[in-house]
Amino acid sequence: MTVIAEERPYAMSFFDVAIPKAAGSIVEEKKKGKKVMGHYCVFAPQELAMAAGAVPVALCATKEEPIADGEKVLPRNFCPLIKSSYGFAITDKCPFFLHSDLVMGETTCDGKKKMFELMGQFKPMHVMSLPAGSKSEADRAYWMAEMKRAKGAIEEFFQVTITDEALTTAIGELNAERRLMQRLAGYLKHDPAPMSGQDLLKVLWSRNFSFDRAAFAERVEELMAELDERIAQGVGAAAKGAKRIIVTGVPTGVGTEKVIRIIEESGAAVVFLENCAGMKQFLVTVDETKPPLEAIGEKYLATPCSCMSPNRDRLELLVRLIDEYKADGIVDITWQGCHTYNVEARLLRDYIREQREMPVLHIETDYSEGDSQQIRTRVQAYLEMLGGV
Amino acid sequence: MESKGAAATPACAPAPNQKAPDGATIVAGIDAGSTAVKLVLDDGNRRSVWQRPSGWSPGETARELLQEALAAWGRKREDVAHICGTGYGRVNLPFLDSAVTEIACHARGAVHLRPGAQLVIDIGGQDAKGILVGATGRVLDFVMNDKCAAGTGRFLAVMAHALGMEVAEMGALVPGEGLPMAGIHPHPINAMCTVFAESEVIGLLNQGVDRRAIIAGLHQSVARRVAAMVARLGASGPVLFTGGVARNAGVGAALEKELGCPVEVNEQSPFAGAIGAVLIAREKAAG
Ligand code: SF4
Ligand code: SF4
Repeated sequence: MTVIAEERPYAMSFFDVAIPKAAGSIVEEKKKGKKVMGHYCVFAPQELAMAAGAVPVALCATKEEPIADGEKVLPRNFCPLIKSSYGFAITDKCPFFLHSDLVMGETTCDGKKKMFELMGQFKPMHVMSLPAGSKSEADRAYWMAEMKRAKGAIEEFFQVTITDEALTTAIGELNAERRLMQRLAGYLKHDPAPMSGQDLLKVLWSRNFSFDRAAFAERVEELMAELDERIAQGVGAAAKGAKRIIVTGVPTGVGTEKVIRIIEESGAAVVFLENCAGMKQFLVTVDETKPPLEAIGEKYLATPCSCMSPNRDRLELLVRLIDEYKADGIVDITWQGCHTYNVEARLLRDYIREQREMPVLHIETDYSEGDSQQIRTRVQAYLEMLGGV
Repeated sequence: MESKGAAATPACAPAPNQKAPDGATIVAGIDAGSTAVKLVLDDGNRRSVWQRPSGWSPGETARELLQEALAAWGRKREDVAHICGTGYGRVNLPFLDSAVTEIACHARGAVHLRPGAQLVIDIGGQDAKGILVGATGRVLDFVMNDKCAAGTGRFLAVMAHALGMEVAEMGALVPGEGLPMAGIHPHPINAMCTVFAESEVIGLLNQGVDRRAIIAGLHQSVARRVAAMVARLGASGPVLFTGGVARNAGVGAALEKELGCPVEVNEQSPFAGAIGAVLIAREKAAG
């Protein structure tokens, strides 16, 4: 018998307040004299900031509220993630942006690329240029040159020297964290999944805002111990046998978990979050046997993002995940105005159908709640379809 | 199957003298759409369809309709073994035994109305959907419009208003030999957004463009939008057009042109969702 948990794991209470708390602790860090480097994307090599003695903090915004401010400058029919990020930046409403000494941008999609030009007018920035692809020798060489340029820029800005030893230490720290997150996500391979996808998201998302990495890791260990107990007792966040869904697509963080919530409210279990707000950044570790800067560059360039062309890695990864997590379906989320993920949705749909005969539900939406009812209908129809109605 | 209220006038009184054999198990399917509530009662031998405009509360309308339909059959709520609800308003129907999405219901209803159908195009008040169905009416895949109204019944209703006519009048204008639309070429409507398309229509009227050409253009615009959407499903078999807009022969003709294949309409097409719901209710009642 499966017991569906009415209560979430007790250890979640730490993660529930982690982000609001972080808004205060960043001020503390600054008072202690810590330098902060904000970054937007999973391509940003956080090891560089850490090796320079700075705290890396994620700035990618997933709140509806600053969008109106963002729209004062940016086109309305733009990706909400960019409008939200920019709205936070110009209004000083985001403490993390406000307290970033240096902001690292990455020329991923065109919208972000141009937004960084505007941002550079009022914030110290370094923008890394991404190659259009990640596979050719020329692309790799180009990216490695960008890695060196970024290292130089950070060194100059913070007036430090980034040593290989410092990089190696940072790699060790972040790799340990990546492995920890992989272990945590692995818990959702169980049926019933001992925690919800919404809670997994919350943990992964709070990671971006926790400045005491060791304390954070301890809490994750605590959570995993509790999940072990739940598995032993047969307690799940959804019923045993519930449809198992992998969520992929654009970054959907805390504040924009609408679709994930609807999937779980409809009785399914979200067992993996492939996107950037989820596991994308934690899936690959840095090779610890190679020269550090080169190894870091390789890891980040391997990010399976739709901004890369072609981006077959994401498709192949999803097929692997379907098998590993025994998924029944895939929900692919695209923000309105995100051309790369929107077009890739078509490639993904065809590939998954071909490889695993599995239909993919593609949802195009934004940060508002206006379409929740319609999304609910789509998700329910998709689940009915997987269940054979 | 008897159809009550399939006529152009949407309001419909349940017909008297339709007593079901006493003791037979009744099941009901309700499609609470944004424009109309449709109800199907089925006692195993006979099936009747009722419908009424949704009004301000589709839930309230559905409850009344069910009461009146049962009264017309001389039966009570207790005689109904299972009520399956679908449509936009299904979440506000507390008396349902089960709720199933309109996608599954239209698929089921469509295959019942047109065995062998492979693609169902359902255009309702708020939504346009393409559903790929298997032989038993199982949904294999589907696509649906985003929150924009282009390509839906709502789009046509707004345009009919701009043209100073009823939607039904507009829908009755079918291209064809000897018909009022003979020799009329669609005037392209370029705006995708309903609000802009409305201004475009008003502008065209002011320029003196033939209303019939505008109407044909509007039908073409809906058809193009829907055809582009369903193309993703890659269907190749028979196509059945369902939902309220299936009454609009102009859209049906435009769809045939855009898809390059016949698009069938059954006289029960507008009720496919409720029919699907009653079929599912019958299965659930049987356990
Ligand atoms: S989706 Fe791509 S561009 Fe966006 S945050 Fe992730 S890696 Fe960066
Ligand atoms: S969601 Fe798409 S458009 Fe928005 S920032 Fe990411 S890649 Fe760019």
